Amino acid sequence: MTEDVDTRIQGLVDANPVLLFMKGSPLFPQCGFSARAVAILNHLEVPFESVDVLQDQGIRQGIKSFSDWPTIPQLYVKGEFVGGSDIMMEMYESGELGELLGNKGVR
Amino acid sequence: MPMAADEIEALIRQGIPDAAIEITDLAGDGDHYAARVTSASFRGMPRIKQHQAVYAALGGRMGGVLHALQLTTAIPVEE
Repeated sequence: MTEDVDTRIQGLVDANPVLLFMKGSPLFPQCGFSARAVAILNHLEVPFESVDVLQDQGIRQGIKSFSDWPTIPQLYVKGEFVGGSDIMMEMYESGELGELLGNKGVR
Repeated sequence: MPMAADEIEALIRQGIPDAAIEITDLAGDGDHYAARVTSASFRGMPRIKQHQAVYAALGGRMGGVLHALQLTTAIPVEE
């Protein structure tokens, strides 16, 4: 069961260069932290896919152990876990996030 | 059930004894906090690991009883 969810998550992470696990959708985020993550990505004008964890309890729980991270949202770039909304904000403000996205060739 | 700010601070200090900790109650409701944790033990750690160290100190409460903690980690500036 757990392996199953991990495999699904890995598949999603591998298939999408920029992937945000969030609550709600980019147009209708269901949590302030997810809204902030979406706003940062939109501001950087980076195309991204999202997974609404509220629609999938398996992923909602599974992503926490998958990333060893207790909260949502979670950003993955080219298969690598970048962090949650606090780290995204810090990296956005310092310019590191734009740089990372540029270096990974997704922006 | 919300957590008190000094309870959060005590847990972080237990896990990271040298930490300088500043907790702000963002909404005044005992449920939305910001924490700034500064520790020399973060040196050389990527930011994700620094945050994971704080979450580990909180022992699984993050995302549970403690639902909103805006976290910033830092390394003390050398004298």
